[in-house]
Amino acid sequence: MYNRKDKAIAFLMILPSLILLAIFVYFFIGQTAWYSVSDWGVDPATALKKDVEKNYVGLDNYHTLISSASDYEFRLAFISTFYFTIFFLGACLMLGFFLAFLLDQRIKGEGVFRTIFLFPMSLSFVVTGTIWNWLLKPKGGLNILPQKVFGLDPLEYKWLNSDTTLFKFEWLKGGTLFYLGIALFTFALFTYVAQKRNLSGFWVVAAGLVLWLISAAGFWDKIWLPIDDPVRDLGTYQGYGYNAALSGIVIAATWQMAGYVMALFLAGIRGISEELREAARVDGCAEWQVYTRIILPQLRPIALSAIIILGHISLKIFDLVYAMTGIDNKYVKVPGILMIKGFRSNEWARSSAVAMVMLFAISLVIIPYLWSNLRTEKQS
Amino acid sequence: MSKRLLSLCSLVIVFAVVVGSFAPTARAQDDLSGSLEIFSWWAGNEGPALEALLALYNEQHPGVEVINATVAGGSGVNARAVLKTRMEGGEPPDSFQVHAGQELIGTWVAAERMEDLTFLFEEQGWFDVFPEGLIDLLSTEEGIWSVPVNIHRSNVLWYNPAKLEEWGVEVPATWDDFLASCPTLQDAGVTPLVVGEAWTVNHLWESVALGVLGAEGWNGIWTGETDLAGEEFLAVWDTFGKVLECSNFGEDNAGLPWEQAIDRVVDGAAAFNVMGDWAAGYMTTTRELVPGEGFGYAPAPGTDGVFMMLSDSFGLPVGAPNRDAAVAWLTLLGSKEGQDTFNPLKGSIPARTDGDVTNTELYNTYLQSAAADWAVDTIVGSLVHGAAANENFAGNFGSVVDLYTTSGAPEAASAEFIALCESSGACGG
Amino acid sequence: MNAQRDARTLTRNLWRVTAYGLLILMALIFLIPVYMVVVTSLKEAAEAGREATAWDLPSKLNFESFETVWNDLSPNLRNSFLLVTAATAISALVGSMNGYVLAKWRVPGASIFFPLMLFGMFIPYQSVLIPLFKFMDNINLYGGLPGLVLVHVVYGIPITTLIFRNFYVDIPNELLEAGAIDGAGFFGIYTKLVFPLSLPGFVVVVIWQFTQIWNEFLFAVTLVKDQWQPITVPLAETAGGISVNWNQPMAGAILAALPTLLVYIIMGRWFIRGLLAGSIKG
Repeated sequence: MYNRKDKAIAFLMILPSLILLAIFVYFFIGQTAWYSVSDWGVDPATALKKDVEKNYVGLDNYHTLISSASDYEFRLAFISTFYFTIFFLGACLMLGFFLAFLLDQRIKGEGVFRTIFLFPMSLSFVVTGTIWNWLLKPKGGLNILPQKVFGLDPLEYKWLNSDTTLFKFEWLKGGTLFYLGIALFTFALFTYVAQKRNLSGFWVVAAGLVLWLISAAGFWDKIWLPIDDPVRDLGTYQGYGYNAALSGIVIAATWQMAGYVMALFLAGIRGISEELREAARVDGCAEWQVYTRIILPQLRPIALSAIIILGHISLKIFDLVYAMTGIDNKYVKVPGILMIKGFRSNEWARSSAVAMVMLFAISLVIIPYLWSNLRTEKQS
Repeated sequence: MSKRLLSLCSLVIVFAVVVGSFAPTARAQDDLSGSLEIFSWWAGNEGPALEALLALYNEQHPGVEVINATVAGGSGVNARAVLKTRMEGGEPPDSFQVHAGQELIGTWVAAERMEDLTFLFEEQGWFDVFPEGLIDLLSTEEGIWSVPVNIHRSNVLWYNPAKLEEWGVEVPATWDDFLASCPTLQDAGVTPLVVGEAWTVNHLWESVALGVLGAEGWNGIWTGETDLAGEEFLAVWDTFGKVLECSNFGEDNAGLPWEQAIDRVVDGAAAFNVMGDWAAGYMTTTRELVPGEGFGYAPAPGTDGVFMMLSDSFGLPVGAPNRDAAVAWLTLLGSKEGQDTFNPLKGSIPARTDGDVTNTELYNTYLQSAAADWAVDTIVGSLVHGAAANENFAGNFGSVVDLYTTSGAPEAASAEFIALCESSGACGG
Repeated sequence: MNAQRDARTLTRNLWRVTAYGLLILMALIFLIPVYMVVVTSLKEAAEAGREATAWDLPSKLNFESFETVWNDLSPNLRNSFLLVTAATAISALVGSMNGYVLAKWRVPGASIFFPLMLFGMFIPYQSVLIPLFKFMDNINLYGGLPGLVLVHVVYGIPITTLIFRNFYVDIPNELLEAGAIDGAGFFGIYTKLVFPLSLPGFVVVVIWQFTQIWNEFLFAVTLVKDQWQPITVPLAETAGGISVNWNQPMAGAILAALPTLLVYIIMGRWFIRGLLAGSIKG
């Protein structure tokens, strides 16, 4: 079957897709990367000039993002997204597992329940955003639900416009320590993964990455990165943290995605053979122990998949926030929105730098995942 | 509806690429032919005003096929911002809407994409009919860049006369007067001042700044003559902060459209609102109120005798494919007939001082009073609506306000303001 | 012995009752937004805007919002349908062909370019946006639906290829080799043997792409001109705050959600298969 001619045809058939992706993914990312190290739009007067000359400015745009007072908004957005990801993931995993667990109890009408928990998945983030925007109005919606149902006092929670900052985070406080922390964390993570998966290649990458991070930290700390946040000394500035106004977005996003995690877990639970569970019961395990000892450990790879998929969605979240709070919201800022906002003031280089930072953050999550997935596949 | 739209895009320039083919353009005005695409963000409520103007154009130049390209939809802000990138290699349009002043100058003029219109102003004798202050806003040393169609006023304070009387509060002449009446109103359970979503807060800021600094001080910001680290400028932030404390800011203003904000004034839940005078159009048309009775208006506190203007205008891009048709369009826009056709429907006043503003059939009480002020007041440009500051500044100004409202520190805000001045080059020097 | 069994049955029954109770409670919570949307969309404009009575049933059924929204949004609905139909059909075919090649033909370099392909489905599209417009403008596809179709097809390649590849891997090689012995070549094997077996794969991919493209927003808002915008764009705009009357965004949300919702309810099982496939587990 595998004759040369047919093989050539096979290659030709997939070639257009490869070329298109090479252009639409890699070439375009390359161009964005180039814009992000250029001065395109840094001088507003020439931002829209015909065939404007773009000069290489090194990492200046990135430097501005992390260090200038005017870009505190970017840092806020980034830290917000980080926290958002944690809360959103936590909520989805717990709720998803809980639902899968309930559905696993040989429930009559399982199909109906599954449909109900999963239907938000089929909606657009824009639809979800529209609905929850209304549900989270300060003087209506969820806030008055307890009143309507139980006659309690209405809540006054500011779901989308709270200016309370929780879990505060001091940007670049104690420079070196911060970078060392990151470097150690990355090292630990890579070591863990490498050991778990028995992947020798990881060691090389891990070592390289760690060396790079440590040297970069040492180097940047003195020359490139500020040791302190320039905004901190201004007035009564609160520092960065989890802005409570993101809670509304977390709720809406969880409503939409928890069913997905449930479906993943349920598929995982169903994949565990009944004999194994029965064996555990025979050995005297109580029903709950069957879950903690047999099922949960088996679900770990699935949980990891869920974390990766949801994590990358949350790192690039845009539509949902756009539909719920718009572009100019003081309380809710995410990089995906800032990137678009930069278009308005013709700051192409800055927007590109924001996009590249997003890409970088997502790559940190996705590349190891793709790698390990494909490796496991090859081994099997 | 479209004021939100308009203001969202006040920070944005709209661009169009000519659609369709065009025949060779004839020289003589009366037998112009080909096509002319007019690009604007006037849709919805503002659509009829533009259509009336286009109908007039068609009457004068029946040979030209007019394509009315409006980009509707409030948050089309993205789509429009993105359209800019097409200019990189795109073809120039015939004529497009843009806020008069720095929004055009700081962006397209600086990028050498616009044609100088001095010749048209001379030809049409417009130097005599447009106020000097307005022409200054439209010009750089190199030329005049667009033809203003209408004038809106930014610094207007709106209230409900019957309700004010009920609460025993007078219309404040200064911001201090306002702050003094603030506790009375709060005790009565009324929001002293209502603000809406982000841009309306910025809009309030420009009226506060004008009230504190005065016309000269305000203009000085853009020429570099006002000391942005000085006492007076710090006082702007301080007053702004106090004013916000007398408002619904931080409670439920996020995502509140300006119409809903002013509804609260009309309905008596709030005492005052600072909004541009498109609000008069909304209250007379949608809410069916009589100006002066159902709603009252005054210059924003401390800004009596100063008219903070914004204006929609059209320019002529370099290399417009149907230049003659476009020039004819600009000529119509600047003419008395054109302005008196457009403005009554739009709810704005003519930019020309010889408009038919005393005609009560065309212009209502509010517009007449605005026109009277326009003729005599000192004219300054709006920051938020593109007249005084370039797009880069206007687009980032919101984060300066955010920084202030987060930190509560005038010094921080001033420092940030100065930094933005420098990076955007909007403040002279 | 009996008592022990009784106690066991009792706890088991109690537990089952609790489980049902919890499930019903959770289901109600998940359905809260549905209730709110329906109720609000059926109210009159003024009533719909009142936050205090948001939970109450409409005092009078009013379908005005649907009428308005239908009038305003039907061109966008049409755009969405055109876009989704074209883009889904093309990307399913492309994905099927790619999946066939990758699963059954040992193409040199596949182990390198397959992960590179997959990476394309995770990138934040912001990171390609600016060059993308310029490119679309240069090839004269900016502003209309064909351009948007192209973009969705291209960025859909990774996921459709992945789903089909994983699907085709399960077709026994012996079957295809038998075909090859009968003299079928690359295309012969595909049309006679592989394609006829592909129906489930196509269903999964079509449903997946249909929902993804229908729901997409970033490209929709940036790559097409006003008159070609799919439904998500005007919906996001009304929700952004212009509308004072919440009955309209709610009716709009229903209108925009209905097609994907119907697909999901009717073909739920396939939808879930798409979801699971999206998580790459080969």
